[in-house]
Amino acid sequence: MKKYTYTDKKDTRSGFGAGLLEVGRKNDNVVALCADLVGSLKMNDFIKEFPERFFQIGIAEANMMGIAAGLTIGGKIPYTGTFANFSTGRVYDQIRQSIAYSNKNVKICASHAGLTLGEDGATHQILEDIGLMKMLPGMTVINPCDYNQTKAATIAIADHDGPVYLRFGRPVVPIFTDADQKFEIGKAWMVNEGADVSIFATGHLVWEAIQAGEQLAELGIDAEIINIHTIKPLDEEAVLKSAAKTRCVVTAEEHNRLGGLGDSIAQVLAKNNPTPQEYVAVNDSFGESGTPAQLMEKYGLNAANIVAAVQRVIKRK
Amino acid sequence: MSEEIIKLERIASQVRRDIVRMVHACQSGHPGGSLGCTDFFVALYFSAMERKPGFDIDGIGEDLFFLSNGHISPVFYSTLARSGYFDVSELATFRKINSRLQGHPTTHEGLPGIRIASGSLGQGLSVAIGAARAKKLNNDNHLVYVLMGDGEQQEGQIWEAALYAPFNKVDNLIATIDYNGQQIDGATDQVLSLGNLRAKWEAFGWDVLEMNGNVMSEVLSGLAEAKSRTGKGKPVLILMKTEMGNGVDFMMGSHKWHGVAPNDEQLASALSQLEETLGDY
Repeated sequence: MKKYTYTDKKDTRSGFGAGLLEVGRKNDNVVALCADLVGSLKMNDFIKEFPERFFQIGIAEANMMGIAAGLTIGGKIPYTGTFANFSTGRVYDQIRQSIAYSNKNVKICASHAGLTLGEDGATHQILEDIGLMKMLPGMTVINPCDYNQTKAATIAIADHDGPVYLRFGRPVVPIFTDADQKFEIGKAWMVNEGADVSIFATGHLVWEAIQAGEQLAELGIDAEIINIHTIKPLDEEAVLKSAAKTRCVVTAEEHNRLGGLGDSIAQVLAKNNPTPQEYVAVNDSFGESGTPAQLMEKYGLNAANIVAAVQRVIKRK
Repeated sequence: MSEEIIKLERIASQVRRDIVRMVHACQSGHPGGSLGCTDFFVALYFSAMERKPGFDIDGIGEDLFFLSNGHISPVFYSTLARSGYFDVSELATFRKINSRLQGHPTTHEGLPGIRIASGSLGQGLSVAIGAARAKKLNNDNHLVYVLMGDGEQQEGQIWEAALYAPFNKVDNLIATIDYNGQQIDGATDQVLSLGNLRAKWEAFGWDVLEMNGNVMSEVLSGLAEAKSRTGKGKPVLILMKTEMGNGVDFMMGSHKWHGVAPNDEQLASALSQLEETLGDY
């Protein structure tokens, strides 16, 4: 098992804030919009440097999505910022018609995704957003794993012509990817090569998968760990290559087991190479208030759950 | 009557013929609102708007128009074709399989003249505000127009946008409401009354004017007045009184022709009331 260490921990939303500032400096057409959550989305540095390129919309997310679509007409590259719940479910039809169907170059940047938003509870903890967004034709769906990867993704999506859903979170988590990484949309990242099982993880679950990999190594199980930061378009080649080698699969995500990464991978495997698969995901329920760690444990999303899923799936080979 | 008005009325007559023929040919679509807004579309595209030749999606250096109530696509398509965006023969494909002229307008099929999909109501004003803000960022001194329905005013997103634009001084924007008092289920006063629409928009901070949308001279002067009020710190709203079905006697004055196609006999009757001025497609 390749060793991953970290010296610092940060929230992925701060990676977004840093990336937004940097891409704003690189590309004059980048503009930002926010629905009354500037501090939560870490947009202050961008606003300070580019006040004329920032639009405070107020608590009106539908209007924000429409204005973002309109800004693309004139060559702007709008980044919208609000919580994942208000970035997707609340404005699904606005995204569907004015952005996705209209093929507008809007970057929908969604913080506080999943359970790890914590104490605010289920009204704010969307676990369906990946599914909602990946079903939209033409939408790219990205869920990076740490501060550095989120920053790199935020910068990279400006060069992709088309709508993007970029998902990140609130909790402080280890920074274990390279600061100067090149982010390639749709290209899975091989975290650890292994022979016994393929663990496909996204977002905060990548670090949990690494922890699980270390525990599995002690049990004599050689886990291949792959970071699927881009859920759509899915790196099917990487998925199939790994599954063909290990012949069993675990998927791990901070999302409902229905409609998320697990289902995307299951579809590719079912069509090309049916393979035993176990899901580490929320079991079709809403979340609740609690600390991020408590919630990840109660809803079965931590390293221990990945280890257990691996042990189950290996028996099904 | 000035020569320009005579010219525009002749175009409007042809556009109305196109509308009833398109809707008849596929036996679906929305003739009522399309006929009511014909004079407005013709005045806009053949007189009021500054347009570049050709079409590009960004529309930098020209006025832009967005249709929010996308179901009146027949009048939009006919106007675009008659003003040169695509060949008028393509109007025959309206709502048919493999057509660029979808039931509701879309950019998806690459039809020149369309910059946003619409159909699901309430979204066009927000898009127009975004486009207007992009024009300001680009130092592009042109205007953005948007048309909404009056029934559409029942959508909440409109009022989010209505609140935003005056506060942010989006004064390169002219929004128009097709105030025909009708929606699918009946009169707006019966379905969900809009109350005093003028007072509401004024209370939100818009510069509001009214015009008769079915008298060409008044549409021209109304649009000119609206243009003169831009650039003064407030977005401009035109309450445009129209009659659903205008130009075809049996379609006027009722919501019943909102989304119903004429049969062969009704088509013949409608066409007998509308002079063919530019040649049918």
